[in-house]
Amino acid sequence: MKNKSFYLIILMAMVLSACGQAAGSPSNATSTPRTLTVMTHDSFAASESVITAFENANNVKVQFISSGDAGTALNKAILSKDNPFADVFYGVDNTFLSRALAENIFEPYNSPLLKDIPDQYNLDPQDRALPVDWGDVCLNYDKTYFAKNNLPPPQNLEDLLKPQYKDLLVVENPATSSPGLAFLLATIGHFGTDKYLDYWKSLVANNVLVVNDWNTAYYTNFSFSGGDRPVVVSYGSSPPFEVIESKDPNKVPTTAVVTGDGSCFRQIEFVGILRGTKNLDLAQKWVDFMLSTTFQEDMPLQMYVFPVNPNAKLDATFQKYLAIPEHPAYVSPQDIAANREAWINAWTETVLK
Amino acid sequence: MMLNRHRWVAVSLLWVAPLVFLLLFYFYPLASILKVSLERSQQGLLSPFLEALRSPIPGRVLGFTLWQAVLSTLLTLALGLPGAYLFAHYQFRGKSLLQALTGIPFLMPTLVVAAAFNALVGPSGWLNIGLMRLLHLGTPPIHFTNTLAAILVAHVFYNTTIVLRMVGDFWSHLDPRLGQAAHLLGANRWQAIRWVTLPILAPAIAAAAMLVFIFDFTSFGVILILGGPHFATLEVEIFYQTVSLFNLPMAAVLSILQLLCTLVFTITYTRLSKRLTIPLSLKSRRVTQRRLISPRLRVMAGILIVTLIALLILPLAALAVRSVSRLAPSGAGQVVTSPGLTLDFYRELSVNRRESIFYAPPATAIGVSLGYALATTLLALALGFPAAIALSRQPGAPLSRGMDAILMLPLGTSAVTLGLGFIVALDKPPLDLRASWILVPLAHTLVAFPFVVRNLSLALRSIRPRLHQAAAVLGASPRSILRYIDLPLVGRATLGAATFAFTISLGEFGATSLIARPEYPTVPIAIYRLITRPGELNYGQALALSTILMLIAGAGMLLIDRLRIGEAGEF
Repeated sequence: MKNKSFYLIILMAMVLSACGQAAGSPSNATSTPRTLTVMTHDSFAASESVITAFENANNVKVQFISSGDAGTALNKAILSKDNPFADVFYGVDNTFLSRALAENIFEPYNSPLLKDIPDQYNLDPQDRALPVDWGDVCLNYDKTYFAKNNLPPPQNLEDLLKPQYKDLLVVENPATSSPGLAFLLATIGHFGTDKYLDYWKSLVANNVLVVNDWNTAYYTNFSFSGGDRPVVVSYGSSPPFEVIESKDPNKVPTTAVVTGDGSCFRQIEFVGILRGTKNLDLAQKWVDFMLSTTFQEDMPLQMYVFPVNPNAKLDATFQKYLAIPEHPAYVSPQDIAANREAWINAWTETVLK
Repeated sequence: MMLNRHRWVAVSLLWVAPLVFLLLFYFYPLASILKVSLERSQQGLLSPFLEALRSPIPGRVLGFTLWQAVLSTLLTLALGLPGAYLFAHYQFRGKSLLQALTGIPFLMPTLVVAAAFNALVGPSGWLNIGLMRLLHLGTPPIHFTNTLAAILVAHVFYNTTIVLRMVGDFWSHLDPRLGQAAHLLGANRWQAIRWVTLPILAPAIAAAAMLVFIFDFTSFGVILILGGPHFATLEVEIFYQTVSLFNLPMAAVLSILQLLCTLVFTITYTRLSKRLTIPLSLKSRRVTQRRLISPRLRVMAGILIVTLIALLILPLAALAVRSVSRLAPSGAGQVVTSPGLTLDFYRELSVNRRESIFYAPPATAIGVSLGYALATTLLALALGFPAAIALSRQPGAPLSRGMDAILMLPLGTSAVTLGLGFIVALDKPPLDLRASWILVPLAHTLVAFPFVVRNLSLALRSIRPRLHQAAAVLGASPRSILRYIDLPLVGRATLGAATFAFTISLGEFGATSLIARPEYPTVPIAIYRLITRPGELNYGQALALSTILMLIAGAGMLLIDRLRIGEAGEF
């Protein structure tokens, strides 16, 4: 106890050397089993048994790194592209796809499983980003509210401008929220770049409420959770999950989805092998695995998304309450990348001013 | 002469560990990300700055950021200072419980705070339901989210405890004879406060106000979730430019702007506090504390306590009550809240219904959180002690003044920017920490460090130099002065510093979400996972886990308050 600061310096040195050791060990791990590092966003989930099966079959330990939301995770992958610390990146969607491709972070891989996957999901002809799953951002409505008030629920985007739907809609800000951006893109895809702002002006006249994030929209303002807005921008898969995530299998969802033409926007998520990986063979196996029916059938109940592999079977409850729009609105990833800022700025000027 | 130089070298050596830490884990990552970001600009390094100058957005955002921070800080002081006076001077039943409870808001993640205010003043919050029944209204009368009031209330909710603790602790040890002497000399109550108490308290008030201001200035979650789309601070704009637009050069310019502002604040503060610090003879609480005797005092204290409870504790209580309520959504903007109590949400926490690989039972999440918090506390104290000692030994030295000003910079740095900085900078062995768990306590320590140093150096600086001189005359070496005089005297401040470090780590969400390993979620991460999924059961579980976090935090603070009693370090 003679010299406190001396001990503190020793402690610091120990902490620092511990950092070094902790960081040094993964790169030495060439002995069995090898480690495959998968970088992803914080919504990623999978069944333990499914991942263990992959690990056992390939004598590998899969290390996941979750890096914030989808946009932040992608930024991290881009900023570390010269010296990647993961082998695979999963979770870039079609609104961010052009950013990933322009930065050239992915190694092309023509997976043998790609041949089964419908062309509509395969947005990169060079196979750098391979589609894994899709999901629709759609308007959800509170069935109880409309039944109670003897009001027919809205069928499409145009309906929301009618006087009887005044004060009923809550949406998310496209600048801060992924479903918010997807809904803006739905209106752009449906009405066209010359008319969508007129549509939003009319929505404002009909007193649309804008909040910054999905949580606030769904859990504060949506009448299903006690708010005063019976129509909300959420996911097409939300109603079945109301049942699956409850303990009562006989429950009937009290929310439903508006599936009219052009009223939803389809988000497709991709996986890619990070350029510069030292585990190319394992990374390719992992991509094949994500496209295989084992993973594709596990995915819906874990992440509320749909398989791109048509051979994957869907859970019965999931299918029962599923409402899939036949014609979602479409905007190409190139157009999104080129116009994202201009569209969001124009929207902000129109809706928030 | 020789002796003096020797001492100067010894004191300067104290800066080595804190400086190495800041250089490695703050300045290096920050400089790296700013360089990489600005280099991405196509038209040279300067063009992003010119672009920012031409655009109306940075000016507008900076204006709002400053304005709401000033307003929030003033409101926080308006509630915090009377509260600090009450806690410092009077004893009443339930005081330590109240003190512990008022500390809980500080560590709650924003998502939880949003849920708490939603449970209280949301469209079907208890308050709105009550008012609708009482006044027979068809729609909820209170609109909270998406208003400036929501931002201000949330900031007061979060930061009042900083004033209560930093000012209250200091105030409770002031010699009451100073005020009594002023009275004897004919000063009335206000004159005594204005000319005697305030000047003495000024360093503590300035330190607390500074920290509150920086927190409000860099506010992110509160603005985003509760303030809504009509309000943006610099931090929110940096997030938008980085994540949504990937305009890194613009994000870098805004980060630098935010950093420069913080630097201006901290330098101003350091200059001010240099003039303000007065060595004091601090007294034991036994001498300074009285009972609430007169009826007028009791009424005033009652009003203050009710206000503190309403603003700081009621939202959390509303959340806790909702976590045990069986809610049947009936649609049409109403939630039926009658069916009674349930522990279903708590039971469900221990069920891995989807057999997810990332599922962690509550005990695991709590264990992970406590582990990180402990590591943060130890690291922050280990680094904070030498820094605080150096600061208090040579407050006027250029090194001390410079360090004092930059200590608080991490608090004023954009979390998004620094998070990316870790990825860019710490990428080579032996410091390839990008996938390492150790980044979590390191990031938490960056936030906790300024609190620890402030708390400790405030206490160290107020020790009378005559004590040191007397000991030196009697032959004590600087080392034994530290060991036998300073350390026992700062025992209490150490506990306070440790509390801040521990709770900052326990509730931290932003940095953790960027760097945590998914198989080892902290409690805030586990709450986030639940609350971002649809379904009543998920939301209920998020509230249940939030309540558990609140209970752990409250218990921790009570425990620390108990430790103080009979503490050898009591002045």
